[in-house]
Amino acid sequence: MIEFKNVGLVYPNGTEGLKDINVTINDGEFVVIVGLSGAGKSTFIRSINRLVTPTSGSLLVDNEDILKFRGSNLRKLRTKTGMVFQSYNLVKRSNVLKNVLAGRLGHTGTLRSIFNAYKKEDIGLAYESLKRVNIEEKIYNRADELSGGQQQRVSIARVLTQQPKYILADEPVASLDPPTSHQVMTYLKKINKEDNITTIVNLHFIDMAMEYADRIIGMRAGEVVFDGPVSEVSESTFEEIYGRSIREEDLRGGADES
Amino acid sequence: MTNENNSLTSKKVPPIYPAKTKVQVTLIFFVVLGIYIFSMSWTQRQMAGGFGGALGNMFTVIEKFFPPNTAVISAIWGPMVETIQMAIIATTFAAILTVPLAILAAENITTWKPLYILTRTFLNILRTIPDLVLAVIFVGLFGIGLFPGILALVIFSLGILAKLISETIESVDMHPLEAMRSSGGNVFQVIWYGLIPQVLPQYTSLVLYVFEINIRASVVLGLVGAGGIGLILNQQLGFYNYPNAMMIIILIFVVVIVIEYISTRIREALL
Repeated sequence: MIEFKNVGLVYPNGTEGLKDINVTINDGEFVVIVGLSGAGKSTFIRSINRLVTPTSGSLLVDNEDILKFRGSNLRKLRTKTGMVFQSYNLVKRSNVLKNVLAGRLGHTGTLRSIFNAYKKEDIGLAYESLKRVNIEEKIYNRADELSGGQQQRVSIARVLTQQPKYILADEPVASLDPPTSHQVMTYLKKINKEDNITTIVNLHFIDMAMEYADRIIGMRAGEVVFDGPVSEVSESTFEEIYGRSIREEDLRGGADES
Repeated sequence: MTNENNSLTSKKVPPIYPAKTKVQVTLIFFVVLGIYIFSMSWTQRQMAGGFGGALGNMFTVIEKFFPPNTAVISAIWGPMVETIQMAIIATTFAAILTVPLAILAAENITTWKPLYILTRTFLNILRTIPDLVLAVIFVGLFGIGLFPGILALVIFSLGILAKLISETIESVDMHPLEAMRSSGGNVFQVIWYGLIPQVLPQYTSLVLYVFEINIRASVVLGLVGAGGIGLILNQQLGFYNYPNAMMIIILIFVVVIVIEYISTRIREALL
């Protein structure tokens, strides 16, 4: 369970990233956070694994206040919160298997990982994860030889290999075309259901949010302006979140193509 | 139509560069030009004979140096190999020592400012000492031989290598490192998995480049007593044994060209 209690974040340059956030995310939920760029979605999601550190309030993950975490505590937190990025963040010169095994770093000792001496189960797990996103035939390809969609699947395999309790996905489909976007979202949803991993996804496409989310959190200017199950959401809700009428660019489309 | 065109051209069009930049660039240009003119006139006053005398001397020098004495090849081969070994050992040590230094001198990895500034300053100081001065100091400390030469080369190449590699590190893609951090990796794991694969080709290429520099530098260091072929060359020149010296110079020339050719080929394959 993740609980935001009066969480605020002011960046060193004075920008307010988060303003008095109070949100509870229950285990197993698939939450989509929507909002325009700059609304604080990334800051919200990155606070959970402390890639950014909120400056006020308290943030509880499994009843522990993570804002005080440092060193090994922090690494333990990050080991249980896997992350998927907009730009995939693979090491382009390394092969797919090595990239996926990087998901085990938090579970592996420094010496072991430096000499590539991963446990047999870990390598097996990495291969299983690649199979789950149907990309096991690319195992020895260099990451930069893959297409965008394939790279994002590899990064999902990396997160799976991490065996996290939470998956945070920061705009995972923003660099992809519509059919590939749906494929990636389908994998995320499937993993959420099959492994019961709490998943929080940042999106700015409303149609995709409506299609995949159990619950939608709307953000504007660092504040949560909507929070509710997807059944309560209508077009006017989005107009409220975005503070303007809905346009073509807010839709990803192509749902039937995948 | 013509009216519209006219109104467009008659309106004030913004200059491509702002007036301030124009003034600055013009000023800099004239300052640089002034320095050139000044140093030209100054050096001309200092050059006693000019090129006229040099041409005449050239023939006497060439006469003395030719033909090279091919008989000494077997005798100078040993010191030549010593010079290469010196460069290999020095480059190896520098390549190892440079890793921590380069990482500590990279702003994106060493986020703790004082440590970064300290390493940067240390490297800057290293680079300001010329290799010849280092060799003279170490020959004074340890006596004539290979060891002071190697030591001088290690420090000299460390300065270049660590600087160049830290700059390579600063230009890497930070996204994979963020991913490693977010999967719970510690500092060493993040560097090993996210950083090293990205800089490895450039690192290898730079080490080979510094190896080339070291081969040439180790010849020069020999002149001040730091062992190898340079030492022999200096001796032969001292004895006015120009045919022998010429043979040594030819051998150095061939060896340097061969090594540069091989290393350039490897570097091409890497990048």
